[in-house]
Amino acid sequence: MTHRTTWIWALLILATVLSWELGHGPGFGSHPERATVAVMLIAYLKVRFVFLDFMELRAAPLPLRLTFEAWAALVCGAVIALYWSGLARYPASL
Amino acid sequence: MTHLPGEPGVWVFIVGDLLMFALFFGAFAHYRAQDPALYLQSQATLNQGLGAINTVLLLTSSWFVVGAVQDTRGQRAGRAGTRIILAFLCGAGFIAVKFFEYREKISAGINLTSNDFYMYYYMLTGIHLLHVVIGMGVLIFLWRLLRQSALRDSTVSHESVIGHLESGASFWHLVDMLWIFLFALLYLMK
Repeated sequence: MTHRTTWIWALLILATVLSWELGHGPGFGSHPERATVAVMLIAYLKVRFVFLDFMELRAAPLPLRLTFEAWAALVCGAVIALYWSGLARYPASL
Repeated sequence: MTHLPGEPGVWVFIVGDLLMFALFFGAFAHYRAQDPALYLQSQATLNQGLGAINTVLLLTSSWFVVGAVQDTRGQRAGRAGTRIILAFLCGAGFIAVKFFEYREKISAGINLTSNDFYMYYYMLTGIHLLHVVIGMGVLIFLWRLLRQSALRDSTVSHESVIGHLESGASFWHLVDMLWIFLFALLYLMK
């Protein structure tokens, strides 16, 4: 196993612990929207590492790589945008 | 130099899966935004620790599979086989955790029809779980193939073993990747 993929695995585990802490812990205190955006961005970065380094898309034909990159960016962007559109409906207690 | 890992057909299937899950994720985010209070309240009953453990299990199994592909390319079929078994065990761990999680919910009277959040929770994690089960079947196939290829009188070519390993690995990484977004969407969003 190459050192590079082992480092990436360790980074992915660390990112998981960080996003878990943001999600279940106090996160950014009275700013749940910041924690949510951070959680989604961390998920996006993790997915990108899985695509490029585990699925080996870094070395794949460019159209295929771009399809996957676009998918990850689009999913992350759409989820954050939709989330933001619902913030006005958040219960007052938050 | 570019290299397409595995069979082109596997990538067609994976892209189809990506489109389907993009719709699921979008639908979930859309309906969540209509009624955040209900989704937050329901999400609070999920066990985020178990979700995190399952993320670690799938990431680790993916890492073993990456190693198995590298071992196969380096003509180390024995080590590759061991890594495939370890990846399989991580997958089995994932299913065991999911079993306890579902049992916890069901015994608390929470099911598919309890509300919209739980409908998405059961549907999305259920479809994903099906992917895990199929992926584990693929891992068994790869392990058997590696064993066959290691036999002295084997007729399996090295190139075809690498091709199968790459195809199977790509599917297993897809399963891992989908869970990363599911964990964020269902368990962590605030």
